Amino acid sequence: MPDKIQFELVSPAKLLISAAVDMVVVPGSEGDFGALARHAPMIATVRPGVIDVHDGGKVSDTIFVAGGFAEVTEERITVLAEEAMPVADITKALAETRVKAAKQAMADAKSDLEKASAEKLMAVATAMDAVAH
Amino acid sequence: MPSLKDLKGRISSVKSTRKITSAMKMVAASKLRRAQTAAESARPFAERMERMLGTLAGSLAGQSDAPRLLAGTGRDDVHLIVMVTADRGLCGGFNSSIVRDTRRLVAALLKDGKTVKILPVGRKGREQIKRDYGKLLIEGFEGLGRRGVSFPEADQVAAKVTALFADEEFDVCTVVYNRFKSAISQEVTRQQLIPFPAPAQEAARDDAAKAIYEFEPDEEGILASLLPRNLAVQLFRALLESQASEQGARMSAMDNATRNAGDMIDRLTLQYNRSRQAQITKELIEIISGAEAL
Repeated sequence: MPDKIQFELVSPAKLLISAAVDMVVVPGSEGDFGALARHAPMIATVRPGVIDVHDGGKVSDTIFVAGGFAEVTEERITVLAEEAMPVADITKALAETRVKAAKQAMADAKSDLEKASAEKLMAVATAMDAVAH
Repeated sequence: MPSLKDLKGRISSVKSTRKITSAMKMVAASKLRRAQTAAESARPFAERMERMLGTLAGSLAGQSDAPRLLAGTGRDDVHLIVMVTADRGLCGGFNSSIVRDTRRLVAALLKDGKTVKILPVGRKGREQIKRDYGKLLIEGFEGLGRRGVSFPEADQVAAKVTALFADEEFDVCTVVYNRFKSAISQEVTRQQLIPFPAPAQEAARDDAAKAIYEFEPDEEGILASLLPRNLAVQLFRALLESQASEQGARMSAMDNATRNAGDMIDRLTLQYNRSRQAQITKELIEIISGAEAL
């Protein structure tokens, strides 16, 4: 496979990854999708989950993202993640604290707005828990 | 004529002031470096988000049912001004230049018969503007970014702005902050957040002409989640820029203060030595004239 796609992962704080890879599998909100070079231009929302980076015939990197947006063009895929960390860094303990915090937020939420943000926290925490080890 | 003892006291007090200001300068310089890196590394995200939003706005342009965060309420009566200042002083004209610009903006808007609300971020700005426009102030934020601005903090501000907008508390939102140009110069910047400013849409149209994007889910769905995000990101950028500017302003203000204290010490020391010499001369004259009288 000669063609590579430029993969950029950006969090609000900084540019995390910028590399040419074979394929990126992104957890889109309507289902996972893989982006290779010469993919049709697309903008999609991303749900909390794991991005698989394929390079050199194997999965070279797995990164957890807490939702965001992905923009795909023919030569480039840009993922804007609200929060991102390597799956290897997610421990069971970390995920459990997040779940606990989210549950607390759910219990404390009074207004609709607070409830919505608590639900979002919960979704992220659950997704994190699923990949924790 | 102050006595020798008074002079000595003043010299030592100015000396300790100089120590403080020079220490503050060092602290500001090291914080500046960190804040500057943070501001610079936050730029890619904001830029890409703007590009994405531009593409979307371009493909939605001309539709009447565009989301309200993008198109506004269609009115222009109530203005919300987010004023970003520091929590602490001793940073030269940093806070007052923001307050001055805000005051000018408010005066102009009031003259046009608009209603104005001010959301202050940072304690200093709130204190300063309270004198003139205390009635326009709504509850703001303090103590943000004490350990470097984090995204969740910007999110808090954005959530507040979004909530106010949802309650139809305002029609147009503008943020006033200091943009970081270099360590010694900051630029007061006004940026309109709601409705999403038009120039970006212009640029987007060119982009959209190049590529036809697919959207997943649909445009409206993405916009509905992208717009509030964008608001948070723009505010985050404003906070970071302001933080870097604050440290830059403080560094140069403290540098000045240190230099002034040095000058003052030189002057006082000269005066001290002169009056010491004068006193010795006077005593000698007294002794000599006493001896001559015998």
